[in-house]
Amino acid sequence: MNMLQVSVWRGGASGGYRIYEVPRQESQSVLDVVTYIQRHIDPTLSYRFACRVGMCGACAMTVNGVARWTCRTHVSKVVKGNAIQIAPLANLPVIKDLVTDMRGFFDKWARARGQFVSGSGTTRKDDFARVASDSPERVAANAGIECIGCGVCYASCDVVSWNPDYLGPAALNRAWTLVNDVRDGARRERLAAVAGDAGCHACHTHLACSERCPKDIEPTASIAGLKRAVARAALKGEL
Amino acid sequence: MNNDYRARNHPAWWAFLMHRLSGLALSLFLPFHFWALGNALQGEARMDALLKWTEQPLLKFAEIMLVLLLAAHLTGGLRLLALEFLPWRGWQKSLLAWAAGAAFAVGLAFALAL
Ligand code: SF4
Ligand code: SF4
Ligand code: FES
Repeated sequence: MNMLQVSVWRGGASGGYRIYEVPRQESQSVLDVVTYIQRHIDPTLSYRFACRVGMCGACAMTVNGVARWTCRTHVSKVVKGNAIQIAPLANLPVIKDLVTDMRGFFDKWARARGQFVSGSGTTRKDDFARVASDSPERVAANAGIECIGCGVCYASCDVVSWNPDYLGPAALNRAWTLVNDVRDGARRERLAAVAGDAGCHACHTHLACSERCPKDIEPTASIAGLKRAVARAALKGEL
Repeated sequence: MNNDYRARNHPAWWAFLMHRLSGLALSLFLPFHFWALGNALQGEARMDALLKWTEQPLLKFAEIMLVLLLAAHLTGGLRLLALEFLPWRGWQKSLLAWAAGAAFAVGLAFALAL
């Protein structure tokens, strides 16, 4: 049988790679490979997944050096000869094996004011707000709204490695979708939260996030939008 | 864990590296540029001697490289400005190709005009 040589990160931050032989199958995903190892070779292997169909964002890992969603990454796309290397996501603390601690990542969404704040004082008893689907704000929000929170962009961003306080592409992209939500009432606070050295102005426009995002979101464009919105607000004396 | 070169192997990162390196190289050249200009203050003969010295083939080649660096840094900067100030989606790759192409064309035009 055709076998894959899979080297998998084991242990915490100071762990190492261990090699496993996994049978090659047709239409095999990288997540299938990891699951095979845990079910058939070593049940102590830790990793995360939930949906297996690219919706939950839980399964992201570093595959042959590149951050990817493993449930929708075919082995055929990444395999080198018959070797694959699988590691936990970069830029996040390793808990064990392929599991990282995502708290810092999501705390930054909160710091970027990633929560919707009703601005019109309406309650659930009121009718739906009407937002024209072709309005520029709605189009801008649409472009970033499908984020699944997988952390692939965050793990791929050099600025996150250089500056651990940097909010990162996903949190800033989330903030940008809300800046474009005409129902939202926290625009000023949000722009203040994302401005500055740990915010949108730290982005070097490397485009790694946009290159790697499995949902084809372009956080770089959202961050550039934030920079312009912050500049405009500052000129108007709103910040 | 940290990323290695494999995570960085994509066109936009190479563009970043090119922009950074050309910028550094140009800033290293700047003192020589001023020094050469300063020579003009020391009289015509001295400047002419220096200009004659730069006629050597090796220095001509270096000059073409310099123009290429300048063109690369300029178009790289224009590309960044476009990314930062224009609302864009999805065309950053074509922009990158344009920037590289324009830089190369300028360098070539200069080399041929010599
Ligand atoms: S474009 Fe900005 S946020 Fe995206 S990877 Fe580069 S530095 Fe990070
Ligand atoms: S922007 Fe893309 S890569 Fe980043 S967390 Fe969202 S889905 Fe994942
Ligand atoms: S397991 Fe849900 S996105 Fe991969």
